[in-house]
Amino acid sequence: MYDVTVIGAGVVGGLVARELSRYKLKICILEAENDVAMGATKANSAIVHAGFDAKEGSLKALLNVRGCEMMEELCNELGVRYSNNGSMVVAFNDEERETLQMLLQRGIANNVPDLRIVEKEELHKMEPKLSEDVICALLAPSAGIVCPYGLAISAVGNAMDNGAELRCNFKVNAIEKTENGYTVSSESGSVTTKYVINCAGMNSDIVAQMVGDNSFNIHARRGEYILLDRESDKLVNHTIFRTPSKMGKGILITPTVHENLLLGPTSFDISDKEDKDTTAAGFAAIIKSTNESTKFIPFHTTITSFCGLRSVGSTGDFIINSPVKGFINAAGIESPGLTSSPAIAEYIAEMLREDGLEMIPDPAFNPTRKSYDAFRNASEEEKNRIIKENPAYGKIVCRCEGVTEGEIIEAIHRNPQPRDLDGVKRRTRAQMGRCQGGFCGPYVVELLSKELGIPYESVTKFGRKSVINFEKTKGGQSE
Amino acid sequence: MKDLVIIGGGPAGMSAAIAAYESGLRDILILERDEHLGGILQQCIHNGFGLHKFGEELTGPEYAWKYEKKIIDLGIEYKLNTMVLSVSENKVVTATNSTDGIFQIKAKAIILAMGCRERSKGALNIAGSRPAGIFSAGTAQKYVNMKGYLPGKNIVILGSGDIGLIMARRMTLEGAKVHAVCELMPYSGGLARNIEQCLNDFGIPLKLSHTIIQIHGKDRVEGVTIAEVDGNRKPIPGTEEYIACDTILFSVGLIPENELSQSANVSLSRITNGAVVDQDRQTSVEGVFACGNVLHVHDLVDYVSDEAEIAGKAAVEYINKNTDAELQIVLKTDGKIRYTVPQVITKKKDVAVYFRVSNIYKNVVIKVTDGDKLILSKKKIKVAPGEMESVALKKEMLENVKELCFSLEEV
Repeated sequence: MYDVTVIGAGVVGGLVARELSRYKLKICILEAENDVAMGATKANSAIVHAGFDAKEGSLKALLNVRGCEMMEELCNELGVRYSNNGSMVVAFNDEERETLQMLLQRGIANNVPDLRIVEKEELHKMEPKLSEDVICALLAPSAGIVCPYGLAISAVGNAMDNGAELRCNFKVNAIEKTENGYTVSSESGSVTTKYVINCAGMNSDIVAQMVGDNSFNIHARRGEYILLDRESDKLVNHTIFRTPSKMGKGILITPTVHENLLLGPTSFDISDKEDKDTTAAGFAAIIKSTNESTKFIPFHTTITSFCGLRSVGSTGDFIINSPVKGFINAAGIESPGLTSSPAIAEYIAEMLREDGLEMIPDPAFNPTRKSYDAFRNASEEEKNRIIKENPAYGKIVCRCEGVTEGEIIEAIHRNPQPRDLDGVKRRTRAQMGRCQGGFCGPYVVELLSKELGIPYESVTKFGRKSVINFEKTKGGQSE
Repeated sequence: MKDLVIIGGGPAGMSAAIAAYESGLRDILILERDEHLGGILQQCIHNGFGLHKFGEELTGPEYAWKYEKKIIDLGIEYKLNTMVLSVSENKVVTATNSTDGIFQIKAKAIILAMGCRERSKGALNIAGSRPAGIFSAGTAQKYVNMKGYLPGKNIVILGSGDIGLIMARRMTLEGAKVHAVCELMPYSGGLARNIEQCLNDFGIPLKLSHTIIQIHGKDRVEGVTIAEVDGNRKPIPGTEEYIACDTILFSVGLIPENELSQSANVSLSRITNGAVVDQDRQTSVEGVFACGNVLHVHDLVDYVSDEAEIAGKAAVEYINKNTDAELQIVLKTDGKIRYTVPQVITKKKDVAVYFRVSNIYKNVVIKVTDGDKLILSKKKIKVAPGEMESVALKKEMLENVKELCFSLEEV
């Protein structure tokens, strides 16, 4: 019997499990997909928000500011890329300037540090490629950017290194009350547990309904993005937001922690919770908006486009509560969910403590974890020492992102183990660059097949039925 | 310290190395990132290579072997599985492999011969989902020809570049069904012979002025919606057609891989995406040469070999310090001719100028002029973007010339 079972291995579930792994608790993480970080966590703006958007007094406001405060140290511990690049909300006219004033006041009320409005002259010195039509901006120096899937992967990995268990392809279909807890079931089996934490993202309303909580529902809001290649001459240093409207924070322009340029998201409510289609209208909206904000967007360096789904809750705020004894919801975690995730984890740990869960610090808990970037970041001398020890680190597999065979093999064997092509991509960046796996894809398939001991043709892109190859060719069969 | 470091051991790199050797140079090193010499030729198991160079039809590996054998016989040094990480303007090459670790080599001259990569689906902003079953044509070729696996059974191909055409035939021979090859432009960018031999001979429809507007399928590709496009390459409403398929291959252009050239501060052309070079294939950085598909994308490997020989010989001349510029003629184009290689002529010698046109033109005269003065003209029945053209300039023609304009007139 587990003490705590976390449903959903996104950034929220991952950090909750990691926070609880500080204590002498038996923890289980259940994930419906083939890998962790497969929902909103893998496709969002990757922004650490300062915290001036959410309404004073809301959970969003409280947890955003606290999460932003925690993020840098957390990323250092977990070896996740983070950069405190600061953000700007740009205004094009006096009406938008008034909105900035309102955001400034709200930010101050939310305890956001160092917020100020920057006027045109100073602004254009800071960001010379912004459009001349921008008249001022709200500068938030505490904002940053982070690798969202990296954070979730490393959080789950760290929790596992500290004893937590992960079960993938475990799509919860029933939760039954038992004498001292719950039985959580899927088609592939069941677990028994004292506590359940519902971090099921888009499906968190369905999971809540399994214990009779019908108090909220979740709908999907589509967000499309365009990702551009690394450029020697960066377009912007800060994250550039448009002045927000009713539909959200609008389409932003931001560098990523991997030095790409990310444009998006669109914002469109849809009924299908699995519909991650990009649309021609979405691309047009991104191109129009970003061209207004800056002088020149190098669209010819586009590497890919994608769509993420925000889990929008029906209450307007994060839904973090305990509808029945031993069951806690962390639902409706839309923006600023990524930023808030470390604070949500802390908040839930506190709820469990207050509920009477015995939480004895585990003296063996290790909060730190080797970064997936460790080899990349090593000195040349250190790299040569590693290559001598293990020649696989001298062989580059992904030429666009400079990823070695040694790094890929190491990633395949670390917690949480990737089992598909996209899993290797998110951990190592192999296939993430400008050729999108055109060159290294077949070799990564080979490494997965060899290291996991599975047939070449059974390797998938992202689990489910996403096979890459159907069968051996006629010639391949005779070999 | 090396006299000559050649980056890339494909057809360009090997040919350049042999030419340099035959010009008397011995201190040559080829750095190849793959586990064999030959580059992309190794996965091109179809025939049609070597007609111009050897007067016979060879497969890719056979063509590569002619050069590889010579490299071995001549004892030219090469390192496999070796990735060059950067090249500096003062010609220091930093590379890595499993046996040497990360190492630096200072070279007297460098030849860039890194080839090109395929433009990926991601660059196109196609609406829809991102399931498994989307490959660039060359990646599918690698799965089928090198790994022995079949990545698709019911296929739609976007783009009629040569690799796409070759793969239409290859997948058909492996038992797959190719439902259509869609081409955004009103003409194919591939060789006429490939359209005949790879599509027409197998009854595969080529849909010109068509594109994919939506990809369907959550886990694996389930289908595509295609549509006809207008003169501005925008989909025409009402022409949408759904085709069920499990695989989409993209053959939508090749991009010279010039990330290393950029690290060496080599000036690049916005049209070719390769270096700006003189008749010797010397780039804007003295002693750094470029040839093959890293310079501009060729349709035939035979021409890659020819070009690499020029670079190989010239690199030796540079090392022997016979490189003083005698003149400075800039080559310009009129737009109907998209680009020329070389873009500059600095020596009084016979120069073959290669170029591509921007559209299909029939009954044309290609003119080379210096102001009002006609230097050379050449008639052609038909020119197409998919087929590289050339004119031969004699050294006498270069007397007192400042600028050469390449233009095309329809008769």
